[in-house]
Amino acid sequence: MNNFKHTHSAHCESGVMSSMLSHHGLKLSEPMVFGLSSAMTFAYLPFLKLGGLPLIAYRNMPKSIIKNIRKNLKIKMQLETFSKAEKGQERLDELLSEGKIVGAQTSVYWLEYFPEEMRFHFNAHNLIIYAKNEDGIYEISDPVFETPQVCSQKSLSKARFVKGVMAPKGLLYYPTDVPKDINLKPIIAKNIKKTAKRMLKTPVPIEGIRAIKYLAKHIRGLAKKDKRYAKLFLGNIVRMQEEIGTGGAGFRYIYAAFLKEASELFESNQTLDEASKMMLAVGDEWRDFALAIAKSIKPKKEIDFDGLSDKLLTIAEHEADVYRKMLEFKS
Amino acid sequence: MDVNSVPQDDSSTYAKHKKAIYAADNEGNVGVVASSGWEVEEAATKQALHDLEDSAKEAYELVKSGEMSPLYFHMYDVRMDLQVLSESTGFFKWTIKKDFDVAKFAKIKAKRLAVYAEAMGKTEEELKVLPKGLYE
Repeated sequence: MNNFKHTHSAHCESGVMSSMLSHHGLKLSEPMVFGLSSAMTFAYLPFLKLGGLPLIAYRNMPKSIIKNIRKNLKIKMQLETFSKAEKGQERLDELLSEGKIVGAQTSVYWLEYFPEEMRFHFNAHNLIIYAKNEDGIYEISDPVFETPQVCSQKSLSKARFVKGVMAPKGLLYYPTDVPKDINLKPIIAKNIKKTAKRMLKTPVPIEGIRAIKYLAKHIRGLAKKDKRYAKLFLGNIVRMQEEIGTGGAGFRYIYAAFLKEASELFESNQTLDEASKMMLAVGDEWRDFALAIAKSIKPKKEIDFDGLSDKLLTIAEHEADVYRKMLEFKS
Repeated sequence: MDVNSVPQDDSSTYAKHKKAIYAADNEGNVGVVASSGWEVEEAATKQALHDLEDSAKEAYELVKSGEMSPLYFHMYDVRMDLQVLSESTGFFKWTIKKDFDVAKFAKIKAKRLAVYAEAMGKTEEELKVLPKGLYE
């Protein structure tokens, strides 16, 4: 047995990396992983449609947390994909028999332990497989679940080898060399700057603060569109924000936790402490925004497009304030 | 968010599970609180689930009345649409649409049916027929 300890996390990828590194002796909280990998973002891609509705993302691309942590902390990690499901299954069993804990990318839909209500076709979920018991059942630490889960080989294999957008191709990952003592301070400082700059100074309006304003503009324009479409468009914002993964507000809260932890590492740094509080408040505003949409798309309600758009512009301003505050930080 | 305002709405869409949310205590320390649900999120999820359910139901009737092949129902039954099915099988959308034709689907090649079966997690036999007694 490898004595793996499951932890309940807000987001799958940061949760997996936090548990995995902690298991290997490098204790990093989920928010610390999230912050150190510059995972915070906002992207609005009106030309990339899912089910006819535009993609809105509140964090960086899938797999970027794994890759950025590997790069920023100089951790040696092995990432393996497979062209054949059988090969991928064998490799997983082999790694488990060596006593390793193994990260995997999967679909959500095909994991049997997910309740019906949460099963959608999303292929960039992450989890840790930490054992295979005598009955051939895998023991799984899925970070978004409170307790460890179990999964049959058939279901896990299907989830790992699903085809389509962001197909996992059976991706398995595990560290091979984890440094025990890392001076986090310079990496924290660097990534705080990087995140702030990326959000404030994007060259294109599809990422960062500019993308939030771009979305606000499109919401205003919905007044001239078909009402059914307008409702779906707005409902989609909430779904993207609250249901897919952790949610827009959720990521702001994680980042606030990171800023707080960072402030303590820098001898109770005031600037970071303030930035943390501001980010918490911005998270609350995102939730209020979701609430306002939910109210306005109820049947027989007139939708106040200008009101929603204004609300979003205010969020954009307040979130920009947090990034400006972060830029004031001197390590 | 404040630890005391983390919503505990017992959302049916959480199916008794809990979600981790970071919230601040009195000293400004931010840590995980388990949330049993939030009604705003529940409403958005339900809207999406109802959409899927309606599509499956509609498809069921169309197949039952002989206008569409069983494949059309099974696609929605596994919460896919033409886009997702196309991505999961590697088939072009227009070729999948042909398989929605009752007469053409009856003559589908075994190899092609096997690809659908694999992508949709059903057996070839299951795909060929409409399950009885649903939505009644």
